[in-house]
Amino acid sequence: MTALLNLHGLTKAYPGVIANDDVSFDIDKAEIHALLGENGAGKSTLVKMIYGLVKPDAGTMTLNGKPFAPHEPRAARAAGIAMVFQHFSLFDALTVAENVALGMEDAGPLRDLSNRIEEVSNRYGLPLSPASRVGDLSAGERQRVEIIRCLLQDPQLLIMDEPTSVLTPQEVEILFETLRALKEDGRSILYISHKLEEIRALCDAATILRHGQVVGSCIPRDTTARAMAEMMVGAAFETPETRPQGSGEVLLDIQSLSLPATSQFGTPLRDVSLTLHAGEIIGIGGVAGNGQDELLAALSGETRSDAAAITLDGQPIGRLGPTGRRALGLSAAPEERLGHAAAPDMSLTENAALTGHVREKLARRGFIDWRRARDFAERVITAFDVRTPGASSAARSLSGGNLQKFVIGREVLQRPRVLVVNQPTWGVDAAAAAAIRQALIDLAADGAGVIVISQDLDELMEISHRFGALNGGRLSPLRPAAGLTLEEVGLMLGGAHDMEVAHV
Amino acid sequence: MNFGAIDPVLLIASLMVAATPLIFAAIGELVVEKAGVLNLGVEGMMIVGAISGFIIAVETGSPMLGLLFAAIGGALLSLLFAILTQLALATQVPSGLALTLMGLGISSLMGQDYVGVKPPTMARLDIPVLSDLPVVGPILYSHDPALYLGLVLVACVWWFLNRSRAGLTLRAVGENAEAAFALGYKVVRIRVLAILFGGACAGVGGAYISLVRVPQWTEGMTAGIGWIALALVVFASWKPGRAMIGAYLFGGVTVLQLNLQAAGLAIPVEYLSMSPYIITILVLVFLSADRSSAPGSLGRIFHASR
Repeated sequence: MTALLNLHGLTKAYPGVIANDDVSFDIDKAEIHALLGENGAGKSTLVKMIYGLVKPDAGTMTLNGKPFAPHEPRAARAAGIAMVFQHFSLFDALTVAENVALGMEDAGPLRDLSNRIEEVSNRYGLPLSPASRVGDLSAGERQRVEIIRCLLQDPQLLIMDEPTSVLTPQEVEILFETLRALKEDGRSILYISHKLEEIRALCDAATILRHGQVVGSCIPRDTTARAMAEMMVGAAFETPETRPQGSGEVLLDIQSLSLPATSQFGTPLRDVSLTLHAGEIIGIGGVAGNGQDELLAALSGETRSDAAAITLDGQPIGRLGPTGRRALGLSAAPEERLGHAAAPDMSLTENAALTGHVREKLARRGFIDWRRARDFAERVITAFDVRTPGASSAARSLSGGNLQKFVIGREVLQRPRVLVVNQPTWGVDAAAAAAIRQALIDLAADGAGVIVISQDLDELMEISHRFGALNGGRLSPLRPAAGLTLEEVGLMLGGAHDMEVAHV
Repeated sequence: MNFGAIDPVLLIASLMVAATPLIFAAIGELVVEKAGVLNLGVEGMMIVGAISGFIIAVETGSPMLGLLFAAIGGALLSLLFAILTQLALATQVPSGLALTLMGLGISSLMGQDYVGVKPPTMARLDIPVLSDLPVVGPILYSHDPALYLGLVLVACVWWFLNRSRAGLTLRAVGENAEAAFALGYKVVRIRVLAILFGGACAGVGGAYISLVRVPQWTEGMTAGIGWIALALVVFASWKPGRAMIGAYLFGGVTVLQLNLQAAGLAIPVEYLSMSPYIITILVLVFLSADRSSAPGSLGRIFHASR
């Protein structure tokens, strides 16, 4: 086989950090090539160089035997390279056809384009209606928009950045079928992920990055997931240790909670009921945009409901705000770290005081006790191994994983009776994710109740005692997580309904 | 009271004149906001356009040349806003407010020698037969060219935003600047161009006041039209057609209440004077039930590194 794209000695440094250091490898024709690495290993920078968004400081690329140095994405697309982004590349308010047109050099009239979209989407089993508004689509459908946008340009190399993180197991299967069909057509795929089992099922070759350097390559089919994970991390790491569920008293009780959507493209909650016991972890799965944000807001107190719809220790709390609920022992950590869970430009001490002032008594008569606040922030930093110069650093300056450890640690150390977290390990590297999961397990073992909302099914299966799925704002009945098969989980997520033809 | 003195034909003809400055300013700002930029400096760009156009028209004797330089004047002032917000990454709201204050100051400085001067009048369209038709003639065929230019501009902007490729790109930049950048569009360049277009439109709108509507120069003569234009864009849900309807409504009520004042209606003048603002806003609030269409990135600073 011949190489389609050859990378040689690619190096890119940013102030204070070398994102890519002398990276070299080949991607063959008609090959699905995995790029593996933790967050911050330099995967995104590398991909951005191939796609022309970032210029390498040194090194060369060769495409089909010819030198390749795209100075902008347009040039990369013209050379036959297309990219499906992990996020931010769709426009909610525009239609499918308009979104596709924006990613193409020569889109032509929208009417012709719509026909071509339907043709390609049927050929690869990705049903889509060109006239629907992207904001109304499910995550799986949105991804189809991106894939079709790429396919219409007849690419030789398709780059996919974490494509399955928002999909149901059934949708993942559809995607893999599509990717294999593309490979049959002679196209190559650069597949970025840290879901190792997927890579083993799909990819022909893998290159592993750590701290910006290539640390190894392997044939995923012949390598165990654990071996690949250890190459990524550079060391063995501990898998969280689960503890048996305590059969405690009822802590939190939600009865028939219905709430309207909080934003234009949000999902209303419909008749959600759930009972959380002391010592229990409830995992709530579901494809993004099925009511996760709304459920978290309803529990944290950002959205108020009928007083009796939510009770904590038998006390109605539906009309209390976040501070009132924290005082009673119900804490929450939302998904968006910067801007929701933490104020980006404020220091860690200030961020610690923002949620900790009630339970940690950091404020007296309306004045903040800065020394206690600082002590509290430092306790979080030490207990959760947050890598930062100190408590006076701005939240923005922390890497995603470190900030997530801080945000979760801040709530855990307040010893809440009930903790609700949304996507606790999203975009967090394997070692930090394991630490966060362990902290949640320990919290439950000490008698608190924990609700974990996540799109990472492996994570939910690993730590939760009972599992439920959100679909269109409804919560499925909870079932014991032990013994659930992937198929059953997929059906609970409502994966099947997404396979029908998209909304017309 | 003498309502008989109000001639409906003249009323309609003059409401079109009253609405034109607002159409120019609002349509320009609409394009700017569609690109995701909130420029609160409309009032300042209008007044600078008003005096630039006035000076050039008086000195050269050509009102059309005046309009051209009004556009240049407005665009120049907006260039300052573009540099501040797109290159220096200043926050848009205070930058826009500063632009308004600065524009008011610059214009009074520029206009010191022009108070009381009479500008050359703009030739009116005079089509034989058509302009002489009863009713239709005065309403449709006997205005100055700038008024028609305003109507053409609304149609062009509508076509540009909804039908052209470049318009789609502009909307994409306003909707999600990060995504547009990731696709390789030049966010800053597109926004700067939109800001300059908005400045030029506001300038022409201002000059229409000083050259046609009230042919003279007085300090602060735009008298809040820029602010009305800003409100109009929001209540028109960022749709060019609705912005035009809103402008006509505002112009209509303004002219009508002036006529009612002249006719001696027994309502205090203050109430009549505030009526255009109240009625326009009320009607547009009812029209804008789907206010959801605000551009997603409106007012947010974009920097490629974030």
